[in-house]
Amino acid sequence: MVDATMTSRELILGRLRAALGPPPGSPGEVARDYRPAGGAVHLDVLVHRLTDYRASVHQCSDDEVAQVVDAILGGRRVVIPAGLPRHWLPDTVEALTDDGLPADEIATADGVVTAAAVAIAETGTVILDAAADQGRRVITLLPDVHICVLRVDQVVAGVPDALARLDPRRPLTWISGPSATSDIELNRVEGVHGPRNLHVVIVPRGTHHSGG
Amino acid sequence: MPTTAPRGVGHLRGDEPFPVAARRSLADAQLRRNLGHATSTIRAKSAAVIDEVPDWQELREAGSAIKADTMARLPELLQQLETAVVAAGGTVHWAVDAVEANRIVTDLVTATGTDRVMKVKSMATQEIGLNEALEAAGIEPVETDLAELIVQLGRDKPSHILVPAIHRNRAEIREIFLREMPGVDPSLTDEPAILAAAARRHLRRTFLSTRVAISGANFAVAETGALAVVESEGNGRMCLTLPDTLITVMGIEKVIPTWADLEVFLQLLPRASTGERMNPYTSMWTGVTPGDGPQDFHLVLLDNGRSAVLADEVGRQALHCIRCSACLNVCPVYERTGGHAYGSVYPGPIGAVLSPQLTGVEDNASLPYASSLCGACFDACPVKIDIPSILVHLRAEHVTAYRSEHRLPSAEAVTMAAAAYTMDHLPMYEAAQRGSRLARFAGRRGRGLPPPLSGWTVGRDLPQPPPQTFREWWTQR
Ligand code: SF4
Repeated sequence: MVDATMTSRELILGRLRAALGPPPGSPGEVARDYRPAGGAVHLDVLVHRLTDYRASVHQCSDDEVAQVVDAILGGRRVVIPAGLPRHWLPDTVEALTDDGLPADEIATADGVVTAAAVAIAETGTVILDAAADQGRRVITLLPDVHICVLRVDQVVAGVPDALARLDPRRPLTWISGPSATSDIELNRVEGVHGPRNLHVVIVPRGTHHSGG
Repeated sequence: MPTTAPRGVGHLRGDEPFPVAARRSLADAQLRRNLGHATSTIRAKSAAVIDEVPDWQELREAGSAIKADTMARLPELLQQLETAVVAAGGTVHWAVDAVEANRIVTDLVTATGTDRVMKVKSMATQEIGLNEALEAAGIEPVETDLAELIVQLGRDKPSHILVPAIHRNRAEIREIFLREMPGVDPSLTDEPAILAAAARRHLRRTFLSTRVAISGANFAVAETGALAVVESEGNGRMCLTLPDTLITVMGIEKVIPTWADLEVFLQLLPRASTGERMNPYTSMWTGVTPGDGPQDFHLVLLDNGRSAVLADEVGRQALHCIRCSACLNVCPVYERTGGHAYGSVYPGPIGAVLSPQLTGVEDNASLPYASSLCGACFDACPVKIDIPSILVHLRAEHVTAYRSEHRLPSAEAVTMAAAAYTMDHLPMYEAAQRGSRLARFAGRRGRGLPPPLSGWTVGRDLPQPPPQTFREWWTQR
């Protein structure tokens, strides 16, 4: 029945074409009457959504970031991506710069400090795109505390705005609150495998030079 | 003749017909309590966050239209996806069915020389029975999603698309952990936070020492080759970034045309499924990224009956499903019988259509009848799949097939032909729905439908009909 020389690829594509039949299915117009990108950004919405998801939110000037980091992770070991603005780190932390650190070592760190690429106000989501000030995906996964520093001009209103700003070819991590599960009687429990604590530090626009 | 999913492999067919299995779960009071609590909780959460979105109906409309367009161009989009993934350093495999997909994955794992893989929760790999195939080849699959882990450790079957261990309560989960988790603290309590922490400790070493991971995909963007996995716990991120090799098994219907299309589905999925504005983690990757994450990436594109579903113009829209599970959570039949009664990894309303479509209706003949046709699933579906119409269509198909084979119709077929006729004729359908509501007012709740439908409802707990049908509500708007 099946031509032995036919690859599975050809077989599947053939079946799909036969299933659709001639003429090739006419793509209907997709009505996009939903809210497009470009809505007004409300910072208080972002703060509310982040807090609602049990992330901690800090608002301060760029110069004060180090103090916030000190209050959370002072005296502890912290992983940082190579491109992190160094003035965000207090002298009180022991910084491990990720230059390809083994996962085991990253897992022993108490926390990680990164920048972000974009944040969505409406959903309380911060997005990392692995630029130099955010680093490899793994560094924000294994330590228990993630401090993410966000510039106000990186905040967008909704999901469509975020996708428009992102480069699809980069590895992307969208983070909405700390790791959580609802698998036990649908009770939300923070922190299963990812960081159990997410701190978002919001700083005014353009006060530092973002890496990447 | 379209080619359906093969017999003897995977988990699309139950051992017994739905009514038989359902009767057993109906007698399980604990199960019904667990389910009732879970589905009502999730319904309330979901309704609240959907209410926040002013353009929910427009998003549903767009989601439905994008999916229809996708299905009409599926061969072209899959080839576009293949080109983009290969250009980004990935390898693409095509699997006609479960047998071939299992072989491809097993061979890929074997080639790495490892005997253990970790898995992100994935319906596609459950569908093809990948764990069994790996075990047969001497490879240990470790489920890393908490619910899947509970199911795996309990030597149990998943019963819900999103919350596979929804049928278990905290006391039962504690029992399973105490019995099956090596080195677990014996003073473990049944607090969800304590149980989750035990799973965290249990899996950490596995994450750090396993070199191959297997995932599914929620979306694949044809235009760019990006794949997306949506999750909550971070186990997905662990599997997607820590190992050397990543193998993703994806049903061919998961492709979407463009990057911008994600803006629709990433708004619809979390609110409809977990009732969150956004799930805690979404990972997206395109092929391999030098220096970051797995350096060997394989994408397995799975047919396994999907081309047969595509061939059915009425039933085709079942392929639009984004596996949010909203239809399960609103279904009065699912709420009473739970997922196991459906016999397939796809339970609930979508399972009642998709399973028989993938296997051929004769192999899952009772499933199209596992519904009260109340329409709640259609109303809840974020991509507007008209599940009741597909159910009726499949019932008619079953009746026709049975008649031509047996000359004489079965008792079930006679009853169901009447039902199918009724459902096909709108005024009668509405009258029947109103009739069943009258039955409720007459104190006959759960007593079943009037003849000729009573043949079906004898021995079945018919759900209480809604006070108003969706169609009535719609007409009044
Ligand atoms: S059929 Fe619709 S509601 Fe049901 S799981 Fe699929 S997308 Fe969700």
